[in-house]
Amino acid sequence: MITDASFRAIADHALMVNFAATMDTDASRAVAALDKAIMAGPPHGVIETVPALVNLLVSFDPLLTDHDLLAADIRKKLRHPEPAPSQGQVRPVQVCFDDDLGPDMNAVADACNMSSEAVISAFLAGDYRVLMYGFAPGYAYLGGVAPDIQVPRKPTPLRDVPTGSVVIANGQCLVTTLTMPTGWSIIGRSPTRILTGETDRPFLFEIGDAVRFERIDRATFEQARSEVVDA
Amino acid sequence: MPSARFVVRAAGPLVTFQDSGRTGQLRFGVSPSGPMDRLAFDAAHTALGNPNGGTAIEVSLGGLTLCCRSGDVTVAVTGGGCLLEHNDQQVQGWTILTLRGGDTLRIRPGKSGSWAYVAFAGHIESKRWLGSAATHAGSDFGGGALVQGQDICITAAAVRDDRVGEIAKPAHAPLAPLRVVMGPQEQYFEADAARRLTGGTFRVSDAYDRMGMRIEGPRLPLLGALSIPSEPVVKGAIQVSGDGVPSILLADHQTTGGYPKIATVISADIDRLVQLRSGQTLRFAAISPEESIAAVRAEAKQRSQYLDRLREPRGTLAQRLMRENLNHGAYFD
Repeated sequence: MITDASFRAIADHALMVNFAATMDTDASRAVAALDKAIMAGPPHGVIETVPALVNLLVSFDPLLTDHDLLAADIRKKLRHPEPAPSQGQVRPVQVCFDDDLGPDMNAVADACNMSSEAVISAFLAGDYRVLMYGFAPGYAYLGGVAPDIQVPRKPTPLRDVPTGSVVIANGQCLVTTLTMPTGWSIIGRSPTRILTGETDRPFLFEIGDAVRFERIDRATFEQARSEVVDA
Repeated sequence: MPSARFVVRAAGPLVTFQDSGRTGQLRFGVSPSGPMDRLAFDAAHTALGNPNGGTAIEVSLGGLTLCCRSGDVTVAVTGGGCLLEHNDQQVQGWTILTLRGGDTLRIRPGKSGSWAYVAFAGHIESKRWLGSAATHAGSDFGGGALVQGQDICITAAAVRDDRVGEIAKPAHAPLAPLRVVMGPQEQYFEADAARRLTGGTFRVSDAYDRMGMRIEGPRLPLLGALSIPSEPVVKGAIQVSGDGVPSILLADHQTTGGYPKIATVISADIDRLVQLRSGQTLRFAAISPEESIAAVRAEAKQRSQYLDRLREPRGTLAQRLMRENLNHGAYFD
């Protein structure tokens, strides 16, 4: 458990708490634990926290506190670490791998010297965990893509990639929630909504949740998607 | 309850509904959105006597034309150097006027400024997302962008004769450098990058929208290709792409990023920054975190004094004539 952190002032209204310079499981756990501790008892003036891979952003009201006071409050929490948050829930996400829904599948298979079916098996066997949300609303970065099927980002992003695309790059995976350009490889499409549209739980995942991808056929995909559109 | 109905005759791109924005959702990838120029937005509501933070229309350089179909309502228009046409009459921006059935109001850019605000003495009905009408332009979540032919309904519409007239503009210092706190990744830049940032003159490029503003000027070279784990970013962050070109993140910014940030513009200077137009120049001055806290507190005090003055109704015609010393005693003999 890392309890050693460095602090950086961000403008007049935020503090970055860094646990490591590169991706690291212990740092990720330390971020989650500190996030939980701050949420459970926010120091005076804290507005919100944003957990990421190796650091936690704490934004504050500069009329109520300042960087130094807040850093002192956070050091107290780090000296008395709470147990790391529990594993979270397992969230099933459906995905259809038909060719037209996963236009980069063949390129990924070629790059990995595998058949498309072997890539799908390796993908479905992955142990995925929600590391953070970032970039755009509901973009949940999932860690846990199997080393056999890890491919770098494509040199040129593809524009207008449809909502629900299941995309991978290096060790990470995500399900897109908007029509956006992406340089990640598109291997399938999901009808599962990460932006749920529900008031009490608008986002499907909590950070730390496990994600299990379930393969569906085209008929199931179309059926599920039409239900989403109707809703 | 009285209502007023409008139809959008014309709306440029990036004309959107905005309220004070949504906080607490950055952890889900949701930027705060809300008005680009918060002070101009607050001024419009305050000068009408509205509560803070309600929904208003943010008007880009593309302009907006509204036609009042029915009802009467007083409106405030603020922001930059915008110009108005009320029916056939030319009016300066930063004003309050009353629109009646059949009236047309056109808002267009003047000589300066990028964003204007239209607030109503009443409630704009609009879609909401996560409890806020603020539009996230990239997704169109929230109240959304205004489109030609769209109907807009104002409920609890009021006529506030005691508010009609000019709105005092805030005393911005448009030529002063934008204050920044250096970091958090200045160590990833070549040694003289900080000096280039604070010593150089930059120009707003054409790549400017609600997500951010790319600026042209001295390159800020990075120390080779970097792989920084994606981390949270804030409004005002000056992130630098691989070719050394900086961009300043704004209201609809992405919530995380892997580009190094050389510095962050302090919150007190964002409203001034966003009113710049492409081609205008800007400079930066580095201050310490302690100085940034002092600066934002001083700015908050000035803003609240300014808004307090706007909040005072002008009163009846007689009171206004008296206060504005225009009556020469004639009415009260």
